[in-house]
Amino acid sequence: MEQPVLADHAGGVTSRRPRARLTKVLAPYLLSLPAGLWLLALFLIPLVTMLSLSLQTCNLGTGACVMTWHWAEFGQQLSLYHGQFLNSFYYAGAAALIDLVISYPIAYWIAFYGGSKKNFFLLMLLVPFFVSFVIRTVVWNFILSDNGFILGSLKHAHLLPQGFHVLSTGYAVVAGLAYNYLPFTALPLYVAIERIDKTVLDAAYDLYATRRAAFARVILPLTVPGLFAAFLLTFIPALGDYVNQQVLGGTSNTMIGTVIQNAFQTLDYAAGSTLSAMLLGVALIGIFAYARVLGSRTIDEYL
Amino acid sequence: MSTVATAVRGEEAERTAPGRPRRRRRWTTLILPAYSWLIIAYLVFPIAIMIAYSFNKVTTGLPQVSFGWNGATMQWYRQWNGVPQLTTSFWLSVRLAVATTLFATVLGTLLALALVRYRPPRFRGRTAIEQVLFLNIAAPEIVLGASLLGLFVTINLARGFVTLLLAHVAFSIAYVAITVRARMSGFDRSLEEAALDLYANSWATFRKITLPLIMPGILAGALMAFAISIDDFVTSNFVSGASIPFPVYVYNATRIGIPPQVFVFGTAIFSVGIICALASIAISRRRT
Repeated sequence: MEQPVLADHAGGVTSRRPRARLTKVLAPYLLSLPAGLWLLALFLIPLVTMLSLSLQTCNLGTGACVMTWHWAEFGQQLSLYHGQFLNSFYYAGAAALIDLVISYPIAYWIAFYGGSKKNFFLLMLLVPFFVSFVIRTVVWNFILSDNGFILGSLKHAHLLPQGFHVLSTGYAVVAGLAYNYLPFTALPLYVAIERIDKTVLDAAYDLYATRRAAFARVILPLTVPGLFAAFLLTFIPALGDYVNQQVLGGTSNTMIGTVIQNAFQTLDYAAGSTLSAMLLGVALIGIFAYARVLGSRTIDEYL
Repeated sequence: MSTVATAVRGEEAERTAPGRPRRRRRWTTLILPAYSWLIIAYLVFPIAIMIAYSFNKVTTGLPQVSFGWNGATMQWYRQWNGVPQLTTSFWLSVRLAVATTLFATVLGTLLALALVRYRPPRFRGRTAIEQVLFLNIAAPEIVLGASLLGLFVTINLARGFVTLLLAHVAFSIAYVAITVRARMSGFDRSLEEAALDLYANSWATFRKITLPLIMPGILAGALMAFAISIDDFVTSNFVSGASIPFPVYVYNATRIGIPPQVFVFGTAIFSVGIICALASIAISRRRT
């Protein structure tokens, strides 16, 4: 008597199963398909197209381009704009280093002593992000302007010579970059310090380490990967920035972002693509070097 | 002699005291907190200036913000929509951010679900997708904006709201996916299994169990997408064409003089954002 029932049951299952099994097998792909397609069409394909454009030779008359593995364009652009590349490295590097020094103590303090107010302090680190990036930079232009309320009043009190200025110097650009990208440094550092196992510290104290020794020989080494991650996550976006340079800097400290922006604005796609490829190359070299040297931990753990 | 003796005894006491030596407590109770508040003041300072300048009188006759302080006025708040182009670009940015948030949150959340639940044998290409997400975030934005401009020029797509939306969703997906994934990492799968054991079908399980549990993560991702979209300048500047979003308007205005209403809008965006953030902190505190 039981046999037919079982058979019936089994039949029901087999008739339903293939579809259920198929959706189950396909589930991860179906879930990632829409976002994947969007990123493929509007991130990967344009990026690869642009990078390949930098290696093509174009007929200026017809506008037709052929792939010729034309590496010479790279050398040419580099010889034209190496000064701007160097400026970018100096300014972005200086800003990222300043940010590391400024934000390490506050990240340390929030991670270890933030207590129940941790979220509030993290929000305070993010507070610049609540004001538009361009407005923030414009406000720094106001603050640092030659006759603004800081330099103006210092000059008025004869504490500074009349000709003194900060705007349109490299210092102003670095100051703007350091302010605008500080959260990019502070948050990864916080993540790195927060992650330290507190029992390791207790062990150090049990072994008669002083506070200074515990910091220098336990905390600091443990946060080295975080320090490098924070540096890269600040340095890379600052490297391509041109808003700070345009609003705060002058003509003598042009960064590579300005050159790229101008190239595309004047429809010089070949130069723009080549310079973009070089900028991206620098960013990728940094990331791969990080992955090789600090191996086990990847940089995206700090995002 | 006695001072040396007490010093030695003091040092001994310090050494034998378990845990943290007392001498350095000053660091954690005074120096570090004072320093931290100083940094917070530094971060807040330009924002305070922006808010103050939104109340600054203009004496030159031109509708431009001036460096000097000319006394307080509510004029710019009363005439908040006095610059038609600025108002247009502000509402464009708001609409763009809302649309971007909708698309990016749905796509990013689905992707995050796939990344959290399935690993390579069943989900080939997972590592590749993760690398693409990372590259999307780590690559300098100017490179992405330039490549999108190249794409739109090549396929002959007129630049405007559509190209802005396509671009904004493209750079928001990765942030949403990573935020949602991070919030989902502690997710207890056994709750879903329990629902399935109780004869809920997979859709009901998702709607009644999974979705409510991952909702905080989705909201965080959505806020992220909104914030990034409304503030984006570099990519927008490449792909905006004739419809100019708020940050691009402000940037263009720096050359000809900024109307004071810019600071009014800036203050409004800041206030709404900070109130939302403080509220979410307060809510999450009450829950725990």
